[in-house]
Amino acid sequence: MKHYLDFEKPIAELQRKLDELRAHSESVSLGLNLETEVALMEKKLDETRRSIYSNLSPWQRVQLARHPKRPYTLDYLGSVFTDFQELHGDRLFADDRAMVGGFARLDGRNVMVIGTQKGRDTKENILRNFGSAHPEGYRKALRLMRLADRFQLPIITLIDTAGAYPGVGAEERHIAEAIAVNLREMAVMRVPMVAMVIGEGGSGGALGIGVTDRVLILENAYYSVISPEGCAAILWKDRAAAPKAAGALKITARDLLELKLVDEVVPEPLGGAHTDLEATSQAVRQALSRHLAEVEALPEEDRLSRRYEKYRRMGHFVEDPVTPHADAVSPDV
Amino acid sequence: MSDSRFKKNLVPPAEAPSGTKLPGSDTSALRKPKLSDAPRRRSIPEGLWTKCPQCGAMLYDKDLAGNLEICPTCQHHFPIKARARIASLTDPDSFEELDAGMASVDILQFTGVATYVDRLAKYQKSTGLKDAVVTGVGRLDGRPLALAVMEFSFLGGSMGSVVGEKITRCIETATKKRLGLVIVSSSGGARMYEGMFSLMQMAKTSAALAYHGRAGLPFISVLTNPTTAGVMASYASLGDLIIAEPAAMIGFAGPRVIKDTTQATLPPGFQTAEFLQEHGLIDAIVPRNHLRERLAFHLDLLGAATVPPTARAPGPEPSQPAPNRTEAG
Ligand SMILES: [Zn+2]
Repeated sequence: MKHYLDFEKPIAELQRKLDELRAHSESVSLGLNLETEVALMEKKLDETRRSIYSNLSPWQRVQLARHPKRPYTLDYLGSVFTDFQELHGDRLFADDRAMVGGFARLDGRNVMVIGTQKGRDTKENILRNFGSAHPEGYRKALRLMRLADRFQLPIITLIDTAGAYPGVGAEERHIAEAIAVNLREMAVMRVPMVAMVIGEGGSGGALGIGVTDRVLILENAYYSVISPEGCAAILWKDRAAAPKAAGALKITARDLLELKLVDEVVPEPLGGAHTDLEATSQAVRQALSRHLAEVEALPEEDRLSRRYEKYRRMGHFVEDPVTPHADAVSPDV
Repeated sequence: MSDSRFKKNLVPPAEAPSGTKLPGSDTSALRKPKLSDAPRRRSIPEGLWTKCPQCGAMLYDKDLAGNLEICPTCQHHFPIKARARIASLTDPDSFEELDAGMASVDILQFTGVATYVDRLAKYQKSTGLKDAVVTGVGRLDGRPLALAVMEFSFLGGSMGSVVGEKITRCIETATKKRLGLVIVSSSGGARMYEGMFSLMQMAKTSAALAYHGRAGLPFISVLTNPTTAGVMASYASLGDLIIAEPAAMIGFAGPRVIKDTTQATLPPGFQTAEFLQEHGLIDAIVPRNHLRERLAFHLDLLGAATVPPTARAPGPEPSQPAPNRTEAG
């Protein structure tokens, strides 16, 4: 059974009619009228799909990013990469299954791949904690990044999480520190690093594996400082205002590219990444390979200073020209 | 599940949290029956007294301010303004503020129930600050240091581009001038109104700290009530030393979000400074009236900041003496 989102109802309806027509045309003698009608219906379905998917609202994209059939990190590890060998654990406390990582090959080169992992069904979601990592997930990620750095393997991270897990254990084992240390250490890893947001880019939990030379994002993925529902609950006092919040927060791939917060939007097939894993994977592979090659070509020092500058530039403000700027101050030390 | 994770943390409460002193506004306490016995009741001008939420003592605001906003009876720590904090940690006239004129812009043209521009104007007026942090360089008993102090009463100390940029410049100044760094945090987290620009300030500030640390310079992070979410998950957690004020609320996710998400009973004292110390997450809890001496001790011990320029190991950019500087301490 195909899963349809609310805004896909017109497509579902047309598809149902088309299926009926076809079934009918098989059971009765094939009349010219029916054939024409099927062709008409197919055309209408195609037009409807095009019109819906080329005018997606931010909120509709959020729904696609959370689609239960959407490809997850391990799907791409099977389709974009080869020879994935998973490495487990943070060597401190546990093996967080919401964060996966290990060696893999991308277009023939050895890389370290790390990503958050959601579950496909209830059982797997319990194992994967719905893709929300604990501190040990971020510490596992850091352990693997350090390993890669030490042995000169480029690092690729795949981001798909609603956020880091808000729980008592997570706080007791210092989730804030785990994320903070990753931010600091990722800034100074010597190896080339590329991140891609493949589904949900949920706040600090996403950024915790997202400080890289290049940040790419799939067309229908989103990346936000807070979930649209969370923002709606605070600013509109109503979680139902999430569609409004999704627009106001500017969280879609296109918005983020315009704001220069991501480097490239990777196109998805019409209808979303899940409708054609092979086509999506090909686009993902090409984008990752190209960006990796570009940052690999830079001398290490250059790469590091560019990475620093990339984040350094992010932010908008006005300055009172009268006030002394940091650089202008010479404390008597 | 995680949808409401930052409900408590991301955004400042519209009103000050309980236990917050509101000078000039909280007159309700004066009308309570308990106070009717006070002999001087009729002569007390409104707003000069504050009731301690912990022990109930009536405290004269001037005394409270003279005691670093600490209740003399029970040691309850009231919020303290960024400027008062800076005065308490630096030598007179030694603090040279940086980027005081930097102000936020409504880059996303955020259209919510209230506009970002309106919120900014409101808090700029009520705090007299342009945004939620004051940064600069100064001296602590003669020791030069870079200092950033967050102001919780400005939009809940939330971090947008200005907070991120000012903190980053402060860190970079410290690195360039080879100064020890102290950041006093109090924040509800990243500022929603600037969307992803706010989130990226976490990366920006943390990256700057990586280079400050690599230069062999000490960073002491001071956590005050409350320090949560995006600020806690970036620079506030990255101190060589992490010191908290007594009873400060410190954490990543808000307690209500955790409760709603996990249905768990929260342990007693959850996310307090004492809880964090017990779990091994911070170095020490230091009362506000001892912070200055403690920072002086640590800055001495950790070195760099107290080494006179002439005796220092080769480093970048020997700095010029600033004219018109009052030496103190
Ligand atoms: Zn008291």
